[in-house]
Amino acid sequence: MRTSLAIAPRTRQDRALGVVLRSSALLAASLIFLVLLFVVFEARGALATPGFGAFFTDPSWHPVDDGTGSEYGVLPMLAATLATTFGALLIATPLGIGAGVFNALVAPAPFALLHRSLVEILAGIPSVVYGLWGLVVLVPWIGGVSHSGQGLLAASIVLSLMLLPTITLSTEAALLAVPKEQLQAAAALGLGPIARARLVAVPAARRGIVAGLVLATGRAVGETMAVLMVAGNVVAWPRGLRDPLRTLTGNIALEMGYATESHRSALFVVGLVLMLCVALLVILAGLFGSGENHSVSASGSAGR
Amino acid sequence: MKLIFALLAMLPLACGGQASAGRVLTLTGSSTIAPLAAEMGLRFEAVNPGSRVDVQSGGSSRGIADVRAGHADIGMASRALAASEEDLTPVTIARDGVALIVHADNVVTELTSEQVRRIYLGEASDWSEFGGTSGPITVVNKAEGRATLTVFLEHFGLDSRAIQADVIAGENEQAIKTVAGTPGAIGYVSIGTAMVDREAGVTIKLLALDGVQATHQNVSSGAYPLSRPLNLVLTTSPSPLALEFIEFARAPEQNDLILRESFVPMAEKL
Repeated sequence: MRTSLAIAPRTRQDRALGVVLRSSALLAASLIFLVLLFVVFEARGALATPGFGAFFTDPSWHPVDDGTGSEYGVLPMLAATLATTFGALLIATPLGIGAGVFNALVAPAPFALLHRSLVEILAGIPSVVYGLWGLVVLVPWIGGVSHSGQGLLAASIVLSLMLLPTITLSTEAALLAVPKEQLQAAAALGLGPIARARLVAVPAARRGIVAGLVLATGRAVGETMAVLMVAGNVVAWPRGLRDPLRTLTGNIALEMGYATESHRSALFVVGLVLMLCVALLVILAGLFGSGENHSVSASGSAGR
Repeated sequence: MKLIFALLAMLPLACGGQASAGRVLTLTGSSTIAPLAAEMGLRFEAVNPGSRVDVQSGGSSRGIADVRAGHADIGMASRALAASEEDLTPVTIARDGVALIVHADNVVTELTSEQVRRIYLGEASDWSEFGGTSGPITVVNKAEGRATLTVFLEHFGLDSRAIQADVIAGENEQAIKTVAGTPGAIGYVSIGTAMVDREAGVTIKLLALDGVQATHQNVSSGAYPLSRPLNLVLTTSPSPLALEFIEFARAPEQNDLILRESFVPMAEKL
């Protein structure tokens, strides 16, 4: 009797907690639909005329009608977003994973702690500060005498600095979550720290590392201010490393404060395209990440 | 007239202290005018206790849209009003020139309107054509919707689509930092902002246009061709507080603020 009395309030508490958890999950999930609804509502004018298709068939972006009609082509900006994201990942992925592996498996403890704090500070620097550094230091350096230096390369480098901490910290966290027994077993087999990392820990932590990369990619697609300051912002297809381009987010930030009526509505369609872009990314990442789920099976296959 | 406004303004005060919180004046619009309006707002608050002046920047077009929709009491527009905006009343509080700027190391000191046209259309792409050191010209343009762009396009008779830009900047400061970091760049920004930055040691230089130096005197005399009015925009039925503020902003006592922001006061012109 006493035991059941002791259990009863706990189950009631559990039930209450269950309600809280469920409603938070519902709220979080419904937020995205509310945002989507809002964006579609604000975009309705441009979705009616010229219609969603025009955003993909018009050759260029001239939303302000100066007597010769408007053009709403977003494809060059979509390509610019993908190009800067890819460029940034190309730089930040090897550096980030390398730093994370070193920190979790190779570095002596006091050094790893110091290194982690430094990376965390890097993660906390506001993006506009990176942008300012890019504009004042990096861009003149890339441009030299004859060129502005604003463009794909500058944007990718600035962006990669911002992705680096995300990738490093998530890689490190995923590696530290690998069961100690597996690493000890590998050590018992005579594997050194580098081989342990390569053959056991990294394959086992693959899923966490990929999750970190997805987070980083999402941040790269969505980053606005820093890219705006160093990308040159000319609406153009990405060609050379030093040629200017304008990302989807940059376009919204550059023009939203000044846009009225149909121009404003068109910018919401750009936002919609951006959301679809991120959604596609999450789906793709889901397909990739689910390849090998369990650290046990991963290390098992690595052990064979 | 003024007395009625003063009485109206005192009405909420007479009703009780907490009502004074209702005396809020909202200004939105041009990022060029916003710093000046904010300074004037502080002074206005000091001499009118209980009032509050909110200044938000977001571009002239937004200022006009906001005042029309009633989101703001006063719109700020750093350009003359268009024909489609005749339902609103502009009050010019100062003038500003748009200056062409190049890197301080550029030896070119002046351009004609025709030369500027050719540079922005991509027909001329090397500084040696204008007596400068040989090197490519980096064209810095402004984003669509900006008042400086409108003033620039109108004066030079350019179509924004035809412009061959290398960099598109949003704010004046972004354009200035780009030009300061690029020896071969040319851009255009508000004279006020350019002068403040140049005095602060930023490596830019203001070009003379059609032989006229970009200075205050030349803007106020009307000799400098590329200039614009800084307007506070009202609807036909403005609030008393808005009228009070406009009266205040136009008074010669505020000229020091206008000069401090490197604009040209209207009184000088009269």
